[in-house]
Amino acid sequence: MKSLAELEAIRERALKEINLRDNTGKTRVVVGMATCGIAAGARPVMNAFVEELNKRNVQNVNVTMTGCIGACRLEPIADVITPDGVKTTYVKLDPEKARKIVVEHLINGRPVKEYTIGEAE
Amino acid sequence: MIYRSHVLVCGGTGCTASKSMDIIDELNKLIRENKIDNEVKVIHTGCFGLCEKGPIVVIYPEGATYSRVTVEDAREIVEEHLVKGRIVKRLLLGDKDAEDVSKALEDVGFFKHQVRIALRNCGVINPENIEEYIARDGYRALGKVLTEMTPEQVIDTIKKSGLRGRGGAGFPTGLKWEFAAKAKGDQKYVCCNADEGDPGAFMDRSILEGDPHTVLEAMAIAGYAIGANQGFIYVRAEYPIAVSRLETAIKQAREYGLLGKNIFGTDFSFDIELRLGAGAFVCGEETALMTSIEGKRGEPRPRPPFPANKGLWQKPTILNNVETYANIPVIILKGPEWFTGIGTEKSKGTKVFAMGGKINNTGLVEIPMGTTVREMIYDIGGGIPGGKKFKAVQTGGPSGGCIPASLMDTPIDYDNLLAIGSMMGSGGFIVMDEDTCMVDIAKFFLEFTVDESCGKCPPCRIGTKRMYEILDRITKGQGQDGDIEKLELLARNICSSALCGLGQTAPNPILSTLRYFRDEYEAHIYEKRCPAGVCKDLLRYVIDEDKCKGCSLCARKCPVNAISGEVKKTYRIDAEKCIKCGACLEACKFGAVKKMA
Repeated sequence: MKSLAELEAIRERALKEINLRDNTGKTRVVVGMATCGIAAGARPVMNAFVEELNKRNVQNVNVTMTGCIGACRLEPIADVITPDGVKTTYVKLDPEKARKIVVEHLINGRPVKEYTIGEAE
Repeated sequence: MIYRSHVLVCGGTGCTASKSMDIIDELNKLIRENKIDNEVKVIHTGCFGLCEKGPIVVIYPEGATYSRVTVEDAREIVEEHLVKGRIVKRLLLGDKDAEDVSKALEDVGFFKHQVRIALRNCGVINPENIEEYIARDGYRALGKVLTEMTPEQVIDTIKKSGLRGRGGAGFPTGLKWEFAAKAKGDQKYVCCNADEGDPGAFMDRSILEGDPHTVLEAMAIAGYAIGANQGFIYVRAEYPIAVSRLETAIKQAREYGLLGKNIFGTDFSFDIELRLGAGAFVCGEETALMTSIEGKRGEPRPRPPFPANKGLWQKPTILNNVETYANIPVIILKGPEWFTGIGTEKSKGTKVFAMGGKINNTGLVEIPMGTTVREMIYDIGGGIPGGKKFKAVQTGGPSGGCIPASLMDTPIDYDNLLAIGSMMGSGGFIVMDEDTCMVDIAKFFLEFTVDESCGKCPPCRIGTKRMYEILDRITKGQGQDGDIEKLELLARNICSSALCGLGQTAPNPILSTLRYFRDEYEAHIYEKRCPAGVCKDLLRYVIDEDKCKGCSLCARKCPVNAISGEVKKTYRIDAEKCIKCGACLEACKFGAVKKMA
């Protein structure tokens, strides 16, 4: 170890890895991962969320899973829930859409209206 | 590799004993089977503190905490939680129906009342991965000290924080460092006392197992402050997990250049070696510990000279306890003002206690100084099992004393505990209920000191043995008038004449039980009666003829055939033959067998 800067570099890299163990005040992306969701391709969607968030160094979002919410025909479904409790439900997702949601909604704060449940119905 | 989920499994000694390593293997196997091994990572951590409910498994990002997990539960956890995202509610700790599972845990009284400084990383990071420690601000304090502060400023910071030794005596840490810094010597040493020996205390082990790097970092800071380049950690050989994690941590710290030459590009060099203790209690005493590191028989030596001037190999040395060190990096980073904001006037910060005995939540807790005994037992400890009455709590191990129920509202700090005849000690907290005999407890601790006395000085070697003999005969119903006075006289003399802390404090368990439970001693001596019904020689088992149905179960359970009678008539116990094992009492379904004090 030669300098504080070197330590800081390690810290930032390692923090990224253990960051998900802290879930205070974070936005949550909840992906439906029941049988219906998995069959419709929820797993690649979830992985796309995780990868994209990581690639863009977004620290304040956690990706978690949930069971079936009943709208199986709209799977894969994901909710984005902000710390203040505002929920946006996205439906009929694929990895590409997930990446777009990360950039538009989770980074720039603009929900992607055309993917939401309100538009699909 | 970034994972979407981390599964943290407790790898402390308690949970390891309940097969947490097998759980890890099973989880990994099932995770591979379900092909999510590139999404989910299983990590073993240090102790979460809730040993009673172990093995503990925490899954992030949900923060779901599962308790008493078995190898058989692994499949449900993987297939339900990790694959489908459904929380396994039956295993959840705390409110099983909580909307937000991570909140559920925070609301558990056990965690709600704690302030975790020394235990900040235990159960949060993988202790065998230095980068996880660095991610949690690890080694930043060392970097700050080496690049921005003078040794005097470091000592000043520690002095201002008011930190006192967590090993027992409570000596101000900053002052100790200052003495060693001012002492003249070409070579100085920094030692860490990890020879945790008090019965029931396991906080140092948990810190070493859960966060070994914090001790290494703090020792390097101490080395810089006093001008030492070599450290020694004296750890018990009976702590194999702690030893192996320390070895791993030292190796990693050397690889990262955080131990060794020219740390952070400065002139400062520091390295640490381990020394394993063979399990003698007296080696936790500072001078005996250093004698042992020197390779000699672990016996104390008179002070002065104090170790700060003539310690290890007669060189200026500081010796601090594991928990004391664990506070140092945080104090450096957050400043002494932050630290003094926690605790009482003369005892700053927090203290880790190992709660054990007759308490629901056995485990490890870190509380701010000033928390009362009542809060510890009822809010954090979850009360006494079986609806029994709280009688006393023993703190300070064999050097400490008992705090009776009448003093339950005493705020816990160094000075308050001393004032009521106990001491902080290293943090053992053994809870006793109404079924505990206080004479028997005093005898237990005396037996321990007699066993562990090194034999160098007569007051301890002979005196504690004589005290033990008196206690032994009291519990056997052979106590005599004048025994209490004899105990008191012996206790006073030993306290004032023994060579080291072990002997000087050895009479404390007797003195404190005499102070608060003198009537129990008197009942044993004058009435030949043990009020708690513990001392076997003073007990009698009898069968209530009115309740006895003549089922013969007790007679069949009796190992010495002391019970006789005819089926469907009443049975009786032959007091001559009875060995008072209590088997008949447990066997009787009608409550006919009675224990008479």
